[in-house]
Parts: sequence; structure tokens; C-alpha cells
Amino acid sequence: MVIMQSTSETTIAPPGARPAATAPPPARVKLLTTSVSSRTAWLLRALSILGPLAAWWALSAGGVVDPTFLPSPSAVWTAGVTMAQSGDLPSDLLASLGRIGAGFGLAVLISVPVGFAMGTLGWAQPLFEPVIGILRYLPASAFIPLLIIWLGIGEPSKIALLVLGVVFFNTLMTADAVRQVPYRLLEVSATLGASRLRVASRVVLPYALPGIIDAMRVNAAAAWNFVVVAELVAATSGLGYRITRAQRFLQTDRIFAILVVIGLIGLTIDIALRLLRSRVGRWTR
Amino acid sequence: MTSAAMAGLRIESLSKEFTAGRPVLQDVDLAVAPGEFVCVVGASGSGKSTLLCLIAGLSRPTAGRVLLDGHEVAGPGPDRGMVFQTASLFPWRNVAHNVAFGLEALGVPRGRRQERVRWLLDEVGLGHLATALPGRLSGGQQQRVSIARALACSPRVLLLDEPFGALDVQTKEDMQLFIRQVWQDVGTDPLTAPLTDPEAPHAPADPAHRSTIVMVTHDVEEAVFLGQRVLVLSSDPGRISQDIAVNLPEPRSLEMKRSPEFLELKATVEDLVRAEHRAHQARTAL
Repeated sequence: MVIMQSTSETTIAPPGARPAATAPPPARVKLLTTSVSSRTAWLLRALSILGPLAAWWALSAGGVVDPTFLPSPSAVWTAGVTMAQSGDLPSDLLASLGRIGAGFGLAVLISVPVGFAMGTLGWAQPLFEPVIGILRYLPASAFIPLLIIWLGIGEPSKIALLVLGVVFFNTLMTADAVRQVPYRLLEVSATLGASRLRVASRVVLPYALPGIIDAMRVNAAAAWNFVVVAELVAATSGLGYRITRAQRFLQTDRIFAILVVIGLIGLTIDIALRLLRSRVGRWTR
Repeated sequence: MTSAAMAGLRIESLSKEFTAGRPVLQDVDLAVAPGEFVCVVGASGSGKSTLLCLIAGLSRPTAGRVLLDGHEVAGPGPDRGMVFQTASLFPWRNVAHNVAFGLEALGVPRGRRQERVRWLLDEVGLGHLATALPGRLSGGQQQRVSIARALACSPRVLLLDEPFGALDVQTKEDMQLFIRQVWQDVGTDPLTAPLTDPEAPHAPADPAHRSTIVMVTHDVEEAVFLGQRVLVLSSDPGRISQDIAVNLPEPRSLEMKRSPEFLELKATVEDLVRAEHRAHQARTAL
């Protein structure tokens, strides 16, 4: 065997090479992503909430804006407490939560199986994708007049609006999550003798579940929006209805209080689904 | 045909085309006797993995057929355990539950399932990691789990598709000794009694009965070290161009890799693979 001994020669600079000092320094670049310490991160989080709150307070309490248009935070708090004590706010809250429960629940019950089929069965994708692709670009709010004509101003039209607003997006996003399952895992399952039903329930579902919950989290926000929209248009209860009532009497402090409640409920739904996702998807970390 | 002739794996004039007129495999004939350890080598693109997928039933042949113990292979099944280059474990299932997957599908009662998983994990040296998630394991450990998972269903043939290709050199040597050990030991599997029968006695099988292994690799040294036979696959179209018996002493040890007999055999196979590769290059250059 011949052992190469030329390595030492290559490291010696050839005569006449440019001295290193005259060479331009190498260009310095940084990675795109940056990070901050956890303390800085918490400070920024606090600023994110307290900054706008302080601006609100300064604008209203400083008398810059007429309190009829922008009530002060303390006036909003008082209005909220008054509504809570009168029992209006809790009953409206329950009405709205009932609607999102029914409407979003129904949308999930439809969209998850259809999306699951689209992600796994060859015929389901070309059958559902075109029609859903068109329908999801039709704004659900534009269906409100039609839904009222069809279903009246009761609960069915509101639930139908929620379903229309959520079901198409949630179907496509579920299908996407299901398609993320590596083909290899399906092959391995088949060589281990698992039936298609078993692969669907024991392999595809567990793998896709974190992604499905992520999709639900995104669409729950949309559903919550649609509840309030439906109640603004035609309702005799609910948080949206309470806003239209307050508008009639120019009670902007009440409108603000209800908006805060709507925001907090949305946040709660988001956090709940986040917790569910991190529980279900513990293995992804 | 006698039952002895029917036992084992038979491949009869097997062809596979992905594009019409361009066969990846053409007229492959092969017989693997029960208990044999066969390695298939060939340059990349020679259809090695395709051959294994056809045996596993994951793809259908264009012509010809695969017979296992006289029955034609019509699709994937637990009688042919498959192990891929990447371990492909179920990431949400712990090690024990990964190994149990095939037994669950077979409907093996819980008690026997647990007993068998425990035995297999001890066999692959991972008993202490039974409750760990795959993400916590090293590459070599993951591959051991995936081999145990394939063995759990007592397959008639174990198919290995470059199983150690992604591992570092030291781990790879460990795994080579390991798979040799598995080949010898799993035949003595104390739980080969009908898996679905909870009352079945745990009679040890015939110690001489070894598992049957077909392994695909591009590493000639690995093929010669592990196999009792080394098949050289030609490229474009893939055909078995050589069938070389490896008559090295058993059991094989790592020291053997430096013996003149081993080195000579390895050089022979390397030359054959290289010649096939050159011929393939010459054909495609036209």
C-alpha cells in the first residue's frame, strides 16, 4: 500500500503568495433568527399588554378624546361590573358559548372525518377539494341574509353560519395534517399485518392529532368571531346582541366591557386548545 | 413438488418496470432456503430495494412472482418482517409498545404480548428502555427496536433494507454482530408456539432452526461478513449476475475481517460490483 506523504507540502504557501495582511477581512454575516433572554422576553410580553393599555388610559383620562367615544378603563370596569351584577352579562355569555359549542362542534364533527378521508383515500381528494376550494372563498358573513331567509332568525341560522365559516377551512387543514404522516410508517404498519382500519386509528390518527388540534385552534378563533357577527345581525341574547343594545343608548363603556370579555373568552379557548395540543403531542418534543 | 422444495422463499422470473420498457428488475430467479442468511449487493440504482419491496409485497411485480413456503405473495403481511434504513418507529409509542404493534394487529392476548415483548427487548439488549420514547434513543438503539418489532410477529423471512447504512462505523460493527446473534437466537425463540393461543405451551423450537434473512446493502464488506451467500445485482436492468457462497468459519468474528480468506472474497465481490457499475456507466454514456 502506498501511503501519501504530500499533505505537509500543500500547507506551505507557494513563493510569491500574497501576504495575509493585505487580504480583505472576510465578510461578517449573522444568522437571520435571533433570540433574547427569558427575562427580556417576559418584559416584552408585559409591554405588549401594558403598552396599549397605558396609551388607552392616557388618551381617555387625559381628556384628549371625548369619553363618549373612548371611555376610560375605570369606566369600562364599572360598566362591566354593573352588567355582571344585573345578570345580563352571564346569561349573554352562556348564550354565546352555547352557540360556539354547537356550531363549532358540528363543524368539527363534519370536517375532521371528511379531511381525514381526503388525506388518506385516493377518491376523496379529487371529489371534495374543488368544491371546498371554491366555497371557502365565499365569505360566510355574506350568507347571513340567505340563512335568515332559509332558517329564520333563531338558533339554526346562527349555527349554520358558524358551520359555513369554519367547516371548509378546517377540512382542508385536517387533510393537510393527515397527509403529513410519513408514507414509510404506513408501509411499516402494513408489513406488521395491520388492517387499513387499524392503520387509520392507530397510526394516522395519533400522528395527525396534534396537527388536527392546531387546525381547530386556528378555526376556533374564526368561529368565535362568527358567533358575535351572527348576534350583531339578529338575536335576542348573546354578547353581540348586548353590543347592539349598548350602541342604541350610546353606552360605549358597555361596548368596551363586552369587547374585553369577548377577547378574554377567545384567549381562554386558545389556551385550552394549546394545553390539549401539548398534552396530546408530547412525543413531538 | 415436495414440501421440502416448497419451503422457504422462491422468486420466479420476477420483473418490475416503473416506466414501460425500462425494467428496474428483469427475470430475477432466486431461492432462499429456510434459515439462510443472504446478502444482496449492487451499485445504487440496481433495484436492490425494489427487490425487497416486491418480496415484502409493498409493490406488485410487472411479471413473475414471489412464493413464500409455496404461497404466492399478494401483499404485505406479518410473515415477512421488513426493516428500513431509517428505523421508522411510531414516535408516540414507547419502545415496548412499538414492538407490540404487530402482535396487537395479530390479536395476541395482552399477557402473551407483554411476555413476548419483554423477551424480545432482552434479546436486543433494550430491556431497560422499554418505556422510553423512540426520540430519546440513539440511531443504533432505534434500529434494534425496529428489528425487534419486525421479529415480534415471528416472520418466516426477515427483510433488511440497508439497515445499518445510516449508522456510524462503530455502531455498524456492533449491529453486524447483533444481527448475526439474532439470526442464530431467534430460531430458539421460546415463544414460537401459536401466538394467539394463550394456553399454548412455551416449547423451545428446534435450536438448529434459524431465522431466514435477506439483507440488501451497498457495503460489500458487510455483505461478505454477514451473508452465507452474496448475490451481486447488475444495473439497468437489475439481474442477479453472481451468486457467491461465503464459506467462512462460523460464528463470524470481527477479527475475521482481517483474515486473508475474508479479504480475498471481499476483493472478488468488490471487483464484480465495480465491473457492473462500469458497464452501467458505459451503457448510459452512449
